[in-house]
Amino acid sequence: MPWALLKYGFSRRYPARVDIPPPQALRPSYDVVIIGGGGHGLAAAYYLAREHGIRKVAVLERGYVGGGNTGRNTTVIRSNYISPEAVRFYKKGVEMYQGLAGELGYNLLYSRRGQLTLAHTEASLRTFRLRAEVNRHLGVRSRMVDLEEIRDLVPCLNLSRRVRWPVLGGLWHADGGLARHDAVPWGYARRAVELGVEVHQRTEVTGILRSGNRVTGVSTSRGELSCGHVLQAVSGMSSVVAAMAGLRLPIRSFPLQAMVTQPVKPFLNPLVSSASLHAYVSQTARGELVIGGGSDPYSLYSTRSTLELKESLIAGVLGLFPFLHELRLVRQWAGITDMTPDYSPIMGHTPLEGYWLDAGWGTWGFKAIPVAGQSIAQAIATGRVPELIRPFALDRFYSFNLSNEAGATAASH
Amino acid sequence: MSKAAATPLAADAPWRLPAPAGLCVRRDRPLRFRYEGRAYSGLEGDSIASALLANGVWMLSRSFKYHRPRGPLSMAGLEADTLVRVNGEANVQADMEALRDGMEIRAQNCGPFGLRWDPSALLGIFSRFLPVGFYYKAMYRPRLAWQYFWEPIVRAMTGLGRVRRDAPPAYYDKMYRFCDVAVIGAGAAGMAAALEAARGGCEVLLVEQEERPGGMLNYARDVPDGESGRRDELLREVAETPNIEFLSGTLCNAWFADNWLPLVQGRRLYKLRARELILATGVMEQPAVFRNNDLPGVILGSAAQRLLRLYGVRPGRRAVVLTAAADGYEVALDLLEAGVEVSAVVDMRPAPEGDCFQEVVRRGLGVFSGSCVLEAEAGRGGHLAAVRLAHIISGGSCEDSKVRLECDLLCMSVGRMPTYQLPLQAGARLSHAGDLEGFRISGLPERVRLAGAVRGFRSLEEVLADGRAVGAAAVAALAGNGGDGEAAQDFPSPEESGAASPVWPIFQHARGKEFVDRDEDLQIADILNACADGYAELELVKRYSTVGMGPSQGRHSALATARLVARATGSEPARVGVTTARPPVAAEKLGVLAGRCFEPERRTAMHHRHLEAGARMLAAGLWWRPAYYSPGEAAREQCIQEEVLAVRNGVGMIDVSTLGGLEVRGPDAAEFLNRIYTFAYKKQPVGRVRYVLMTNEAGVVTDDGVACRLAEDHFYVTATTGGVENVYRNMLWWNAQWRLRVDICNVTAAYAGVSLSGPRAREVLRSVCAADLRLEASDFPYLGVRCGRVAGLPARLLRIGFVGELGYEIHVPSTHGEALWDALLRGGVEFGVRPVGIEAQRVLRLEKGHVIIGQDTDAMSTPQELQMDWAVAGKKPFFVGGRSLELRARHQLSDRRLVAFEAGDDPDLGTLLRESSLLLRNGAIVGHVTSVAWSPALRKTIGLAYAPSDSKVGEVLHIKGQAPHGKSKDEKLILQARVVAAPFYDAGNQRQEV
Repeated sequence: MPWALLKYGFSRRYPARVDIPPPQALRPSYDVVIIGGGGHGLAAAYYLAREHGIRKVAVLERGYVGGGNTGRNTTVIRSNYISPEAVRFYKKGVEMYQGLAGELGYNLLYSRRGQLTLAHTEASLRTFRLRAEVNRHLGVRSRMVDLEEIRDLVPCLNLSRRVRWPVLGGLWHADGGLARHDAVPWGYARRAVELGVEVHQRTEVTGILRSGNRVTGVSTSRGELSCGHVLQAVSGMSSVVAAMAGLRLPIRSFPLQAMVTQPVKPFLNPLVSSASLHAYVSQTARGELVIGGGSDPYSLYSTRSTLELKESLIAGVLGLFPFLHELRLVRQWAGITDMTPDYSPIMGHTPLEGYWLDAGWGTWGFKAIPVAGQSIAQAIATGRVPELIRPFALDRFYSFNLSNEAGATAASH
Repeated sequence: MSKAAATPLAADAPWRLPAPAGLCVRRDRPLRFRYEGRAYSGLEGDSIASALLANGVWMLSRSFKYHRPRGPLSMAGLEADTLVRVNGEANVQADMEALRDGMEIRAQNCGPFGLRWDPSALLGIFSRFLPVGFYYKAMYRPRLAWQYFWEPIVRAMTGLGRVRRDAPPAYYDKMYRFCDVAVIGAGAAGMAAALEAARGGCEVLLVEQEERPGGMLNYARDVPDGESGRRDELLREVAETPNIEFLSGTLCNAWFADNWLPLVQGRRLYKLRARELILATGVMEQPAVFRNNDLPGVILGSAAQRLLRLYGVRPGRRAVVLTAAADGYEVALDLLEAGVEVSAVVDMRPAPEGDCFQEVVRRGLGVFSGSCVLEAEAGRGGHLAAVRLAHIISGGSCEDSKVRLECDLLCMSVGRMPTYQLPLQAGARLSHAGDLEGFRISGLPERVRLAGAVRGFRSLEEVLADGRAVGAAAVAALAGNGGDGEAAQDFPSPEESGAASPVWPIFQHARGKEFVDRDEDLQIADILNACADGYAELELVKRYSTVGMGPSQGRHSALATARLVARATGSEPARVGVTTARPPVAAEKLGVLAGRCFEPERRTAMHHRHLEAGARMLAAGLWWRPAYYSPGEAAREQCIQEEVLAVRNGVGMIDVSTLGGLEVRGPDAAEFLNRIYTFAYKKQPVGRVRYVLMTNEAGVVTDDGVACRLAEDHFYVTATTGGVENVYRNMLWWNAQWRLRVDICNVTAAYAGVSLSGPRAREVLRSVCAADLRLEASDFPYLGVRCGRVAGLPARLLRIGFVGELGYEIHVPSTHGEALWDALLRGGVEFGVRPVGIEAQRVLRLEKGHVIIGQDTDAMSTPQELQMDWAVAGKKPFFVGGRSLELRARHQLSDRRLVAFEAGDDPDLGTLLRESSLLLRNGAIVGHVTSVAWSPALRKTIGLAYAPSDSKVGEVLHIKGQAPHGKSKDEKLILQARVVAAPFYDAGNQRQEV
């Protein structure tokens, strides 16, 4: 029995700790207004307060905290990307996750299980090899594994040659892991609020106030407020909100679906993904299998789910684990992913002074919550964009200086 | 079977009522089964749970968290407590799964000592130390404590069943269905609606989850001149109506846009598109929340009625009924008539009334009004032994009345909820109703209607009338003269539906264990404490406490949760509502979703010839292609080398049927190609071939091939094997805007092709061609295209040279592919022709410095980076990607080039220097190798790599050695390679242009 729980057992009254504050009045002005109370927004708020002493910060959330993609993603935390700038960035993200529970005083259920990505084609093998090379050069634990090793890592995987897409090899990423997605925004919210940040749920931003080329405030469903800086962190709505600020983003939004099965006793430890079968699987601490795949093939802002994707995704999963045909699926859902042309995020300045962007997180935003929050907070606080996120500036799309991640992102998220 | 039939039954199933009770069971068909190692018998028609209850066995599982003993609650598949293991299969719903002879049934989630004695049940004692979200509050220090210590413990504790790795394969299938009107639920309302729609001339599909139509008519109390008579009448009518098809045992498991409905029937998935949808899904009875409300023996009133009427099972000896409406009195009378002693009816209302109440009083039963059950007590084996009552002071608060009633059965009839899952998936909302149901459903989309009890109607007459009206409305809508669904539907007011004042069947106890969510073992305090911790939005309550996240997805917990959250936050239950309704309605097997595995694959016309020749096949997109030929089991590398040398020194033939083929015809065909591809085509002469290179709007190379001008207005364009579908789609997409006068047709599968290459190619070809096809260089030069007959087959001949030798590509209609292959092989015997695979082709093209799109290019590569500026026509007014390329060139926005390199004459270098090896400069990554091979012709290792754009011919590249893993000593090895001018082989192109 963990000691921290003793007080709950011995208190006569439940010793409630208010992690997320009840509704409160908006102040007329803040130093920084953060649009979006998901992981990214709350993390940025926390680091602004914690590392830069900027505490007059309001996080405005249209719904409830962590209710967007932070609460819908499949919680893969990894750094086995392909471009050096991305590997460096996500490597820092993975490192931050390792000590985060202690820092936030909140168990994020972070568990480094390792991620196995399967190749079913020669082209995948080639890409994996490049990822392994780049990763290792930059100190990320990735390597190619053959069928023997794959069998050792995931003994229940179907490695038969007599299937349409036999497994040819794999990329083993020992640093890959999982966390409880909801816990991340809650942990950040709790600490940020302790440091003086205000978190306002049910507060929708309806307009961006400007004076010349400088942002001066926002109007909300609960009135206008002024501020020195605005950070937009609204995955799934990035281009809509940016349009309020007069910005046009190179983003198209697609639904991404995921699903979960009934809980069963543990049988799968690493995360397993297959780009060719458009499926990835992990087993949560509760025992459910979380299953995800590729984005829907058309743009949409609806979080409806579809039968077709479920059918093809599950066919892919059964290709990897045929014995799971008796397992039962209990829920499917969707989030909206903001896809950039180079499958990489957009962080930093915008042409509108004082308006900062944390967008374009597509299917890969969860793992970057700590590192993106910290980096963008530093940028806002100091006015200087840290080296780590400079390759992800908005202006790269005007200078063709893209950061190509298409090959490392498909169906592994 | 015969042996079982000889066994007397009554002794085996002591709780079975005599006939005629038990609508579903066949008393002449006994079945034997084993549960937890002991033999029992049941009847055909029993569910697993009813058969066990008939034997007096109530405990079916241990609960998820505290490992409490659990039995059935609803007998309708609403809870996780009835999940058992059947013949090895985990998580089978015991109250829904039909009993079959010889079943081997095991309880789940119990420890090594079996169901009776589970040491993990001690956790219940420590539940105070496991507050809501406890795992967020602890177990994370020190840093790795969670991953290495706590998580393994938690993981071992959680999970219900165990998946078996040796699950035998099973057959699943799928079928598409269409109908005018789909009616979900074959109760009174559903049958009435189906009949009305059928009368209106519609094709009707009537879908019922249970094996038997009738719904509540099958188990509700039979009033005089009442329900069973009406039921039989409806059943007969439905059966006799030709345009109603009845699907029994079929669950409509989701609503997807435009009435796209997955219907699960056993291992079959029907995918139904319904023009009109009528949801007659009825209501779900909801449990009361009080201390120990989860004991085996505490069941819903409707569950008792199901046991009595459907299965002829007496659910107890001595019962107490907890109610808040007339329903409970009906249950009490039903129990009495089945020979169950009824201690008392406990009515939450201060002043009970109604016919059934009078009848109960007349029969001398005790009625405790204004009272509730405060606590249930467990007796031997964890089964219900008694209940303690309390006086209700106001909603939810009460004082102990010191009344204790001994009983082994408690039936709860305290509330219902409309079966909201399908309507809410379709976009409906819940609104408040101050009665037993708690919620009404409104805001349905067009072409979706509700009928009967799901809308709040209660009496049979009202339900039937509503079913008929809704059926008629669907007919009218299909005829085009109906309003939309919602406008036409009036909801009954609470008074009309005969319900009482607001009900609050939730009673907190100082010692807890009042379960709101049985799946997840969540008590009242857990929900309230979640709100107190700041998780006061319903979705946050759910995510923090996990309420409603278990296998039953909130079907029995949503109403109580809404009420508790409303109370904690000063809101209304209907404003709190339920969490987003998502598919599926009930847990569905992955096998049903996957269905049979249809994985398309494409084979060329010569496929069998390759196999006969010992080809090792390689997947290329959906196609299979010969990688290399190894008839005598020779080693891969050796075969490839021999094939390369065959092409260089003699002649080889490669199956190129998989290459994309596109016909572009029309007066604007040249103009169209000019815009789609980077090169210039307007002045391309008829009979000539030109290279094509495609870029996207960003100027990134996406495909290549050749364009053959067969006539002024006719091009035959090739594309890469993997890229042709995109190229074709791209062409159509662009021309939808340009509106040029061209027809574009993808003829990939219509043509088979053979590439015949090598110094002796012309001799082979001449041996099989008609004399009128002139093959000499003067008549048919390099980059020419001709139509003619090859081996008597109509063919297109292209003189191109991907591999850098004299070469012809011969394209014939696919049906002739094998004949062409055979003819060339036969004709080439004397010239030593041999089949060559694509591995050899890759080496050959590398020697010529040709790129392969997708291997040497990535999602950023421009023609400039590939050093292919020659393929970009500078003077064209427009082509896709042209503006981007111009900008990139003007601002010098590219910092890398694809360069050719040589890396010495050591053939073993290949194990270290491989595709994807990194180029380093001062320790930083500056590029990588895209292609590398040992060149048999040059006797060197050669390759292509992305290098900094300032790399010059002769410069030394530093390439990081790529050791097979485990040999880390080679990690630090830096190899040297020298940039050279491409091509490596035959720089003057003498050989291909002869």
